[in-house]
Amino acid sequence: MALTKQEWLALEAKAHQLRLDMLETTHMAGSGHIGGGSSVMDILTILYHKFMNLKVEDPNWEDRDRCILSKGHAGIGYASVLVDFGWNDREQLKTFNLTGSKMGIHLDSNKVIGVDASTGSLGHGQSIAVGTALAARLQGKSYFTYCILGDGELNEGSNWEAFMSTAQFKLNNLITIVDRNGAMIDGMTEDIMALEPLVDKFEAFGFNTLRIDGHSFPELANAIEVAMATKDKPTCIIADTVKAQGFGGKAGDYRWHYGAMDNDGYEQAKKDLEAYYLGRKAVAEKEGI
Amino acid sequence: MGGGLTYTAVESTKLATTELYGKAMVELGTAHPEVVALTADLAGSTKIGDFQEKFPDRFFNVGIAEQNMFGIAAGMAKAGLVPYLSTFAQFASMRVADQLSTDICYQNVNAKIIATHGGTSFGQAGSTHHAITDIALVRALPNLTVIVPADGYETVNAVKAAYATPGPFYIRINRGFDHVLYENTDYGFELGKAQLLHEGTDITVIACGSCAYQALAAAQFLKNSDGLTVRVLNMHTIKPLDKEAVQKAIGETRRIITVEDHSVIGGLGSAVAEVMAEMGKGCAFTRLGIQDHFSIIGLHEDIMSHEGIDSNGIANTVREMMGKDFEADDNWDDEV
Repeated sequence: MALTKQEWLALEAKAHQLRLDMLETTHMAGSGHIGGGSSVMDILTILYHKFMNLKVEDPNWEDRDRCILSKGHAGIGYASVLVDFGWNDREQLKTFNLTGSKMGIHLDSNKVIGVDASTGSLGHGQSIAVGTALAARLQGKSYFTYCILGDGELNEGSNWEAFMSTAQFKLNNLITIVDRNGAMIDGMTEDIMALEPLVDKFEAFGFNTLRIDGHSFPELANAIEVAMATKDKPTCIIADTVKAQGFGGKAGDYRWHYGAMDNDGYEQAKKDLEAYYLGRKAVAEKEGI
Repeated sequence: MGGGLTYTAVESTKLATTELYGKAMVELGTAHPEVVALTADLAGSTKIGDFQEKFPDRFFNVGIAEQNMFGIAAGMAKAGLVPYLSTFAQFASMRVADQLSTDICYQNVNAKIIATHGGTSFGQAGSTHHAITDIALVRALPNLTVIVPADGYETVNAVKAAYATPGPFYIRINRGFDHVLYENTDYGFELGKAQLLHEGTDITVIACGSCAYQALAAAQFLKNSDGLTVRVLNMHTIKPLDKEAVQKAIGETRRIITVEDHSVIGGLGSAVAEVMAEMGKGCAFTRLGIQDHFSIIGLHEDIMSHEGIDSNGIANTVREMMGKDFEADDNWDDEV
């Protein structure tokens, strides 16, 4: 197993704290992208707290691993990660979405420390990631670029241009992760514009493709380690996730792509997240080694 | 910008603008290892292929996928490279508008776009390959510097100025053999400063790109035949615009014609009109360009003639403008 029990438990605690931070921010801002923010949170947590090679004291370290969050609307979750990491003042979360704030729904790489690309218009991240991965190779640097895509955004044709070039340039230093929460704004992906069979599509585009539970830290850890070790072709990890995961009855409901949070909802969400965390913690304690 | 490249005038007559651009790229690449080049299956057509021969490891062909190319360039620039990316102007603007805006301009990355086949210079390809709205689009994008060089040597200067100046650039050149306006690169090119091609006090023609040569030819012709002195400004930098030169021309000549191989909506003519309107001074004013239609198919020079943006068209418009009643005194209040 790629994760020790201790690491697993620490990641569970961290992801729980980050979901709470996101909830707090959403409550203060009045609304936010809870759905996609929570579905991607375990992916972000394991990248920033196990795999990515970063320096807290030097966010612009040129040899750092890159993370391109192509699904930029998960910014409210990502902001929590980048504040918690020590790169941005926690007070900034209190200004989220406020006029003149450095932080809005889609994070600006020139305003929020640690954001490697300004995203928001969907279908852009993979191309940018191809660029950083090619640059790393040319400059003889060993860093990895991680690109996290939403599944709904795979409707954008530009992604598939980028996927072709990822394989054409044999970018084994670019690890593509799809947050496959199955939902988009207007409904479920398979009802709006079907994506399956997604593994076959990525395989056909030249990727080593893994499909895992995106809310399982051991599965995420194993998949990322396989991706890092795969040299003959790039790897895509399709992480099956749940929109608004951990938020009780909201989990899996596409309508929680973006939502408002009143005081009652906020109190209930805190309880839901706590229960969700305790459940996952129990699994880690039981199954961890 | 000064020179560095010292091709002779004789040699330049044999070189297409794109070829001079290709040579400039090789020189830049030799001096600066962080310079890389990208194309979307147009390495030969855009002459960026010269760079490919010299620096194969620093050349990237992304296939026919312009949106991807712009995103890749943004990522490369974020990682410390200086990408020069080249494709036809119509695709480098309209096709990739979102990537250009979001990935390149919003992030303010150090990427340099060389948009070839600008205006109607790929005339026979038809309107799908005429870029007549690109300046309108790119001029509105924050952080982006926009240059429309008049000929090959000015293109060399623009390419080098782009390297020397951090931030995104859009350099719009033509497809082929532009008339030679400058005999070498040492004529005092300065980013954001109009080049005075011909002194005059009767009227000012403000031109960019291939129209600059045509405007100069018209001015020379009119001086001999009509005794008119036509000031000609080569407004190579569309953004930031040399407002001072425009204001000076309005004040000193009171008659302005803009001429460009682009729609009259949103390009150089609109940029000059904005300065004029904000100045609050009345002035006889005509915009020459593509008059809000998709242009005909044909050779570039024939299209320029058809649209009235060649020397004859410009000269005719100058004569019409001279017949308009504008006073030569300094009292603005009794005009308009």
